[in-house]
Amino acid sequence: MKRRDIIQKIGFSALFACMAANILFLGGIIFFVAARGLGALSWEFLTQAPRDSMTAGGVAPAIVGTFYLTLGAILFALPLGVACAVYLTEYSPKGWIVNVLRISINNLAGVPSVVFGLFGLTVFVKYAGFGVSILSGSLTLGILALPVIISASQEALTAVPQSIREASLALGATQWGTIRKVVLPASLPGILTGVILSVGRVAGETAPILFTAAAFYLKGYPRSIFSEVMALPYHIYALMTEGTHPEIQTRIAYGSSLLLLGLVLSVSMLAIFIRARQRKTYNA
Amino acid sequence: MHNMNIAEPPPSLASGPVAVNVNSLGEADVFGAEPKISARGVNFYYGAKRALNGINIDFTPRRVTAIIGPSGCGKSTFIRLLNRMHELVPGSRLEGEILLDGLDILSPACDAAELRKRVGMVFQKPNPFPKSVFENVAYGLEVNGFTERNLIEEKVIDSLKKAALWGEIKDRLRDSALGLSGGQQQRLCIARCLAVSPEVILFDEPCASLDPISTAKIEELILELKRDYTIVIVTHNMQQAARVSDQTAFFLMGDLVETGRTDRIFKAPRDKRTEDYITGRFG
Repeated sequence: MKRRDIIQKIGFSALFACMAANILFLGGIIFFVAARGLGALSWEFLTQAPRDSMTAGGVAPAIVGTFYLTLGAILFALPLGVACAVYLTEYSPKGWIVNVLRISINNLAGVPSVVFGLFGLTVFVKYAGFGVSILSGSLTLGILALPVIISASQEALTAVPQSIREASLALGATQWGTIRKVVLPASLPGILTGVILSVGRVAGETAPILFTAAAFYLKGYPRSIFSEVMALPYHIYALMTEGTHPEIQTRIAYGSSLLLLGLVLSVSMLAIFIRARQRKTYNA
Repeated sequence: MHNMNIAEPPPSLASGPVAVNVNSLGEADVFGAEPKISARGVNFYYGAKRALNGINIDFTPRRVTAIIGPSGCGKSTFIRLLNRMHELVPGSRLEGEILLDGLDILSPACDAAELRKRVGMVFQKPNPFPKSVFENVAYGLEVNGFTERNLIEEKVIDSLKKAALWGEIKDRLRDSALGLSGGQQQRLCIARCLAVSPEVILFDEPCASLDPISTAKIEELILELKRDYTIVIVTHNMQQAARVSDQTAFFLMGDLVETGRTDRIFKAPRDKRTEDYITGRFG
């Protein structure tokens, strides 16, 4: 075997090892959570509110709460983020101001989530007067998701070939018409990738909802967007740090974790489904 | 014909279909008619770099004008001025006058989108939208305010027929346009352009990425279309210019060196540089 073939073999093996390590971690997490959490799952667990100081009953209000918070965050962040990305890639004059904006947006993604929580407390809960509510929590989580959605959308928009923009303009379409009817549909799969990533991040965050939306324990379901809610991540946190029956609580916490994974996956599946359909329609 | 070697001497051109083409014109025809488009003293700059120097040229209605010249001579730059696609290039600047039916297309009163409906364009690489065949052709109609489905359908079919594509793809209207061959994609782009009923069609090296058979089909189509449209075609293929055009313009380093009837340019070029180029001495 020639030297360069050996080098190539070593290179590929190293890459394979990295990939395998990733799968191992990912598989490990799912296996560990499933092994400990499956026992807690039951129809009651999915449909009932907690009872007896959270040692019995289910986590239904927390499932509903996380679902609302995630949905609210995406409903807020998706249009705003896509609009921002469209402005930055399609309309804004190229120059240092846009570059500074871009860097700022990327830095926003690195801000610790508890800082977003404090911001949400000050602005949405107190200043805007939304109180501790689904609305405040969704808006806070939405801001957290914005940089991810903006970056993914920008990348998706930039990847649309200039040639099809020209084709549209050459047919007498306006710039806005071109963006709406050609550029956005073509970049939708990439934008949805950003949504999928954000859903996972948003659904799992605890710190941003700590002061803005989450309640330790509620008997019933939220009545409006101004209601406090239980949420799975915060519920898990509470189960592991408070209470007097650590063994039972740990089991419920793992059950809740498994549910959270399932919830993120099912919301993501929706985006994945739309993305797959879009790709099928638009590509050969 | 399309296999012809670039270096082949020009006299052979006179015996091909070109001769028929040229003879079909009256002697004064090309320059006798009122021009569809006129460029007057056009200078163009990319930033500080000057790309076109004082171009003056007329395009006759229902004739094909070929713009030839080596890479970087400004031929593509020039054709993109005629439907104001140059405005997409930041920092570019245009001086001079371009008239469409006597009206200045560069004046602020002229809307670029309106202009582009009248002056369509087919690009160097086929650039269908990532949509179905039908949607590709219907697109231009929709952005221009057509809403009635029956009318759109009728126009789509008509355009596909005019672009000599209907027979091949009539059962594939709902399929993605990206699944068509390169030549079919380019004819789809022509159909898309025809659907908005332009008066002028600009072809920017339409066969640059196509095989000889697809190229021959596009050329046939151009000869067909010139009955109804004023056509300007940029090409670096001199045989193509000779085959399809009535008038030829030779560009070199931003200058329009020579323009005239195609047979005259190829048989008796007046400028030494034109002669050198068409006989393959450079390029």
